Amino acid sequence: MIAELGLAALWLAAALAALQLVSGALGLTERGAVLGGAVRPVAVVQGGLALLAFACLIYVFSVTDLSVKLVALNSHSMKPLVFKIAGAWGNHEGSMLLWVTVMGLGGAFVALVEKRLPERTMLATLAGQAFVSLGFYAFLLFASNPFERLSPVPMEGNGLNPLLQDLGLAFHPPTLYLGYVGLSIAFSFAIGALVTREVGPAFAKAMRPWVLGAWIFLTVGITAGSYWAYYELGWGGWWFWDPVENASLMPWLAATALLHSCGVLAARNALRAWTIMLGVVAFSMSMIGTFLVRSGILTSVHAFAVDPQRGTFILALLAIYIGGALVLFGLRAATVTEGERFAFVSREGALVVNNVMLSAILGIVLFGTLYPLFAEAMGAKVSVGPPYFNPMSALFAVPMLVVLMVGPLLRWRRDKFGRVGRGLVIPAMLVVAGGIGVLVLGGVALLPWIGLALSVGLGWASLLPLKGRNLRRTPLPIWGMVVAHFGIAVALFGMSSESAFSVEKLVAVRMGEVTQVGPWGVKLDTVEPVAGPNWTAMEARLLVRYGIDGKVTRMLPQSRSFWAPPQQTSESALLTRWNGQLYAVLGGEAPKVDGEKQSRWQLRLWWKPFAPLIWIGGLLIALGGLLALLGRVAADVRRIVAKDKIAYRREKQGR
Amino acid sequence: MSDLPAKAPRWAIWLPLALFLGFVALVIVGLYRPADRNVASALVGKSMPQFDLPAALPGRPGLDSKVLANGKPHLVNVFASWCIPCRVEAPQLGALAKAGVPIEGISVRDTTENLQGFLQTNGDPFQRIGADDDGKVQLALGSSGVPETYVVDGKGTIVYQHIGEIRPEHLGLLLDKLKEAGQ
Repeated sequence: MIAELGLAALWLAAALAALQLVSGALGLTERGAVLGGAVRPVAVVQGGLALLAFACLIYVFSVTDLSVKLVALNSHSMKPLVFKIAGAWGNHEGSMLLWVTVMGLGGAFVALVEKRLPERTMLATLAGQAFVSLGFYAFLLFASNPFERLSPVPMEGNGLNPLLQDLGLAFHPPTLYLGYVGLSIAFSFAIGALVTREVGPAFAKAMRPWVLGAWIFLTVGITAGSYWAYYELGWGGWWFWDPVENASLMPWLAATALLHSCGVLAARNALRAWTIMLGVVAFSMSMIGTFLVRSGILTSVHAFAVDPQRGTFILALLAIYIGGALVLFGLRAATVTEGERFAFVSREGALVVNNVMLSAILGIVLFGTLYPLFAEAMGAKVSVGPPYFNPMSALFAVPMLVVLMVGPLLRWRRDKFGRVGRGLVIPAMLVVAGGIGVLVLGGVALLPWIGLALSVGLGWASLLPLKGRNLRRTPLPIWGMVVAHFGIAVALFGMSSESAFSVEKLVAVRMGEVTQVGPWGVKLDTVEPVAGPNWTAMEARLLVRYGIDGKVTRMLPQSRSFWAPPQQTSESALLTRWNGQLYAVLGGEAPKVDGEKQSRWQLRLWWKPFAPLIWIGGLLIALGGLLALLGRVAADVRRIVAKDKIAYRREKQGR
Repeated sequence: MSDLPAKAPRWAIWLPLALFLGFVALVIVGLYRPADRNVASALVGKSMPQFDLPAALPGRPGLDSKVLANGKPHLVNVFASWCIPCRVEAPQLGALAKAGVPIEGISVRDTTENLQGFLQTNGDPFQRIGADDDGKVQLALGSSGVPETYVVDGKGTIVYQHIGEIRPEHLGLLLDKLKEAGQ
């Protein structure tokens, strides 16, 4: 019953999306102007219905209703409740439903609160949003219905991939999706602005909070995903340039560029066509990424729906939306009037460098992700990995980070290096000192070396915009910028330190044996079987000690066997200190050799100095975004309240 | 200092669309081609790369690629004690060894003790075992994983590459390839 209710809500939402599109489009014409009034309420109800459908899906998963095919395929009655619920979006159909739900809610939210733009632009924007939603509704209803029933009803479900049975994963996809799909709002705004040719500071100011919001979620999602891969896969790496990771990185790069160009458009009315274009590109990257992952066209460790039919469907949607938006852009961009001009040495100039570099990195990641496909079409087989991605993206990231030190100090419109030069002496010296310091330590590869040196100077330089300001009265968006840029320095330091100074050790040890990894002494104490709700495991008790006289701490890595579906996973154990992380993975029992009484266990140990800074930096970046968003929203609210007060007074005075 | 032009040339406005169309074309080709996820070695039909691997076990010779050109066909098996499919294929290798096929092993990233344990439990069909401790020979062979098995003819030319474990149904095929290589 609940499944049918969900399906009905989904159909109704799709119908309302169609109504929203038609009435929005007609509302733009003179004869249909009356219909325009329907658009906002329809958008709100559509969002509500999508949410209802999603709630129904969560319900059937939480009670493990095995007559629903999706539940039978992806869940199991013995699973802990939180993973049952997470199972609702840990599969293709459910995650697509989450996609349209977020999109519907986003549209509803815009319809409710966004009052700043001319109504015509809003109609076009909401119609655009409905147009995009409609395609995804069709995709759900015709090609991947999450509420399909199954007959006969199986006795037990298949279970969820054990790698996905993890708390991090319960919240990682929804976060990323809020980011991916949040960008659809920027996309719709861009469409709306192109249709009505209203591109200006007001448009940028209206779009900016939405881009910021989506970008915050993307940042958190990527950071969490990276940490998940780090501790759950047990490979000790935190970024693999896997297509799925690239699929989340590309929208982030585009959104970061968009955020900065939005700033230019809002403050200086420049970069008009470029901002629109980034608005289109950012969400296009979300869709392309999703397509690449879902169609199974690129093999990846975590692509969960490999299905050419679905691939074709999404490809058709992509062709319509991205192709359509780019055609509209081509037709209209020439008529979007030229923005304000500016000198190269100016805040705008620095932001243009940021935009160009981010776009170049985006191009490099996209090219690297697609290259295996291209090579395969030519009959060759290649895989593209860190040897391509790392240096190629650094080629553009390094100049961008150098500009990042200077850019925030420059004035709008026109400036001179001489004016800001003195403030940069200390960061420059820090970079040189850091470089020499690392060189003295020796044995560090080029990229980590650059990263370490740069991060120190960048950390200092990122705080410079606060110099000479009254910290209490510094506006929140400035704080946001400073925190986000500082976060980049922190993350960069973590990444470089991790790749420069990590120590790895693979050993087979007997009980009681002590092995050294970096500054740590690790003793294997016991290995004992333990059981969980849907798994059994061998758990090793490691007693570890930092240095010679450190406190002894326990670590408990497990080698888990899930029985539904049957799969082995390694649960790594992490021990975090202020200066890094000790990472332990328990392998299997080593085969006994002649005359050996006691068996030996394989242990994989890493000491990763300052590795946690990677994710702390990522969270700082997101926090910076949050501060900026709060600042912007607070300013908007103040403005609205002031306006209302004026209107109220006027009314009271009888005008 | 000159002002930057804030407007892009006309062709640049259509560039994203052109790139996107290229992407769609590429993806259509990719979607409708049957995907083959095995990585075939580029060396099939070419002679074995030159290598001289030290002995992996005491009392057993290592593997020199010159041995493979001694006029008789050989089977070269790339394996490791940590590889689970290698345990699955062990009985088949045993059967081939019994049938008189000379089998040479390349043991990838392994230790003497683990290797001994592996051979004790799963049987030992190998005439020689070379220790490829850094996986360099495996790479030179164009092998993308373990296990992989190569049929090498008497002149040291690779005539066939078998990817993944040898299952009982593959035995006939391998024997045929070996016979061809012997002619």
